[in-house]
Amino acid sequence: MSILVDKNTRVITQGITGATGLFHAQGARDYGTRMVGGVTPGKGGSEIDGFPIFDTVEEAVQKTGANASVIYVPPIGSADAIMEAVDAGIELVICITEGVPVLDMVKVNKYMEGRNCRLVGPNCPGVITPGECKIGIMPGYIHKPGPVGVVSRSGTLTYEAVWQLTTRGIGQTTCVGIGGDPVNGTSHLDVLKMFEDDPATKAVIMIGEIGGNAEEQAAEFVRDHMTKPVAAFIAGATAPAGKRMGHAGAIISGGKGDAASKKAFLRECGVSVADSPAEMAEALLKIWQP
Amino acid sequence: MNIHEYQAKAILRNFGVPVPEGHVVYNSNLARDWAKRLGDGPYAVKAQIHAGGRGKGGGVKIAKTADEVKKFAREMFGMNLVTHQTGPEGKIVKRVLIEKGCNIADEFYVSFLVDRATDRVTLMASAEGGMDIEEVAAKTPEKIFFEVVDPVVGLTAFQARKVGFKLGFAYPQVKQAVPLLMSLYKAFVDADCSLLEINPLVLTKEGSLLCLDAKMNFDDNALFRHIRIRDLRDYDEEDPMEIEASQYDLSYIALDGNIGCMVNGAGLAMATMDIIKHYGGDPANFLDVGGGATIERVTEAFKIILADSKVEGILVNIFGGIMKCDVIATGVIAGAKQLGVKVPLVVRLEGTNVELGKKMLAESGLNIVSADGMADAAEKIVKAVKG
Repeated sequence: MSILVDKNTRVITQGITGATGLFHAQGARDYGTRMVGGVTPGKGGSEIDGFPIFDTVEEAVQKTGANASVIYVPPIGSADAIMEAVDAGIELVICITEGVPVLDMVKVNKYMEGRNCRLVGPNCPGVITPGECKIGIMPGYIHKPGPVGVVSRSGTLTYEAVWQLTTRGIGQTTCVGIGGDPVNGTSHLDVLKMFEDDPATKAVIMIGEIGGNAEEQAAEFVRDHMTKPVAAFIAGATAPAGKRMGHAGAIISGGKGDAASKKAFLRECGVSVADSPAEMAEALLKIWQP
Repeated sequence: MNIHEYQAKAILRNFGVPVPEGHVVYNSNLARDWAKRLGDGPYAVKAQIHAGGRGKGGGVKIAKTADEVKKFAREMFGMNLVTHQTGPEGKIVKRVLIEKGCNIADEFYVSFLVDRATDRVTLMASAEGGMDIEEVAAKTPEKIFFEVVDPVVGLTAFQARKVGFKLGFAYPQVKQAVPLLMSLYKAFVDADCSLLEINPLVLTKEGSLLCLDAKMNFDDNALFRHIRIRDLRDYDEEDPMEIEASQYDLSYIALDGNIGCMVNGAGLAMATMDIIKHYGGDPANFLDVGGGATIERVTEAFKIILADSKVEGILVNIFGGIMKCDVIATGVIAGAKQLGVKVPLVVRLEGTNVELGKKMLAESGLNIVSADGMADAAEKIVKAVKG
């Protein structure tokens, strides 16, 4: 078992004829993901490296039975691409694109209300269920099937956590990169709920950042509802207030969202917090044995 | 991106928002003439820098006469204005706004921002105007109220009325507040703001509402569709190295320490700063080379790090996923050779082609210390710098 994606997930790539889209579609196919085609308006009916191309997501869904979509469309068209996938009945939309305007995402968020679709991202590395399905830009080989769920706002910091687990012989159920933007589709809390409901997931590593209060909300869920052990790291302890650290979401404003207060709250809620990013796996092993 | 108060007011004026009449000057020569054109005093003379708290630092003065305007303007130009937002180094005043004064009866606070908890634009208001809103939020949070805006219909008249009544306005002022707040919302959305703050919104003795100060921040991700706003960027207000970095798509922020960092990914870059601190060192910067770093970008990143004279050592931390370690190694070697890096250089590589990358660094003939893992890397660079 796993969450979000598995070996039966059928994936299309929106923006497949762009260099990035094609590169990662190939990478995902090589990993074993069922990459069933792509969408680029105006290029429907043709093929690229064996992937059939469609003009619209609707058509791609009809012809391929796709139930997931990954988006590499540039920021100017990302919101539209997400809504097109939602409209076509795709159940899982993963938007990798970095730099989507926040107000576009506010509209997307409203558009998705009441529809049966989950969005992950934007500005995220994607989702991987090791050994079964990789959707996104993460390097597949650092992962290994196993019992730990990983959720993070950051890309390379997720790889770091995964690598710490894998080199200790501990595999992962699913790793979810929710993205570093202030308005996104899936939160830490959403993913924790899924991990709690997934019988294969025995423990969780959650990686957060300064800014906002998503980590605190997730920690309250851990305290009140979660039966599985959770370890965490919060990046940005050294970040000065008011400065945006790369991720649009990673900014301390009005004295809120700093790393120290987040860590303290997480500890209060029973989360094992790593003080150093080199100790994420160890923080989990302190409270859980595989 | 931030802009100056006078620029924000010009934008708001175009949306029909009431702002004081005024004019910006770049030296004090014409200050008196511009003041006279505004009619009789009093006048407000306001230093234009991208930071709040200007009044306490002497950056806002009320002048009774046009002569006094000139005198204050002359004092302000070239002055190093230090406020709680500029940091101790302060900012040099290069532009001054001269405005027609008004008779203030009462002050209020209004702002729009994107609230992450609701994923909506939210109107925030308080009768405690003119104060630092963070202070109000900390001490008397019940004095701040919110209206969450539906992105389809926008801010509605009834929401604006509710806010007006909660602010304690009489009905004539509530009627003024409705178009004012709706126009502010329209400006916020049309210009892709990340923050639009009016503090204070004043009620004059004559009974009119007026935006006495205005702060507008924009979503950098949306600037591609706002050429005119992009043109308002004032490079004097930014760190020159941050500007240089942004031209190469490098995300760089200068800090106070002495260990330069080059990392791929924002999260890992923050975590690298954290782990340096954890081992007793001090990071000199945040630098994210991004996912698709080329040899050119790595070299450029080195240049930017080395331009900071405080840097006594460099830590390169790359988790190459898509980015291959041998490419990074080539960039590091080329950059170090080209620039003649003399400070200790610790490199931690992980990911695709890591063995090849490490081998290249070892055989480069350069004094590069290879590290295994983040902890090892941080320990080594901290030790190297402390000597």
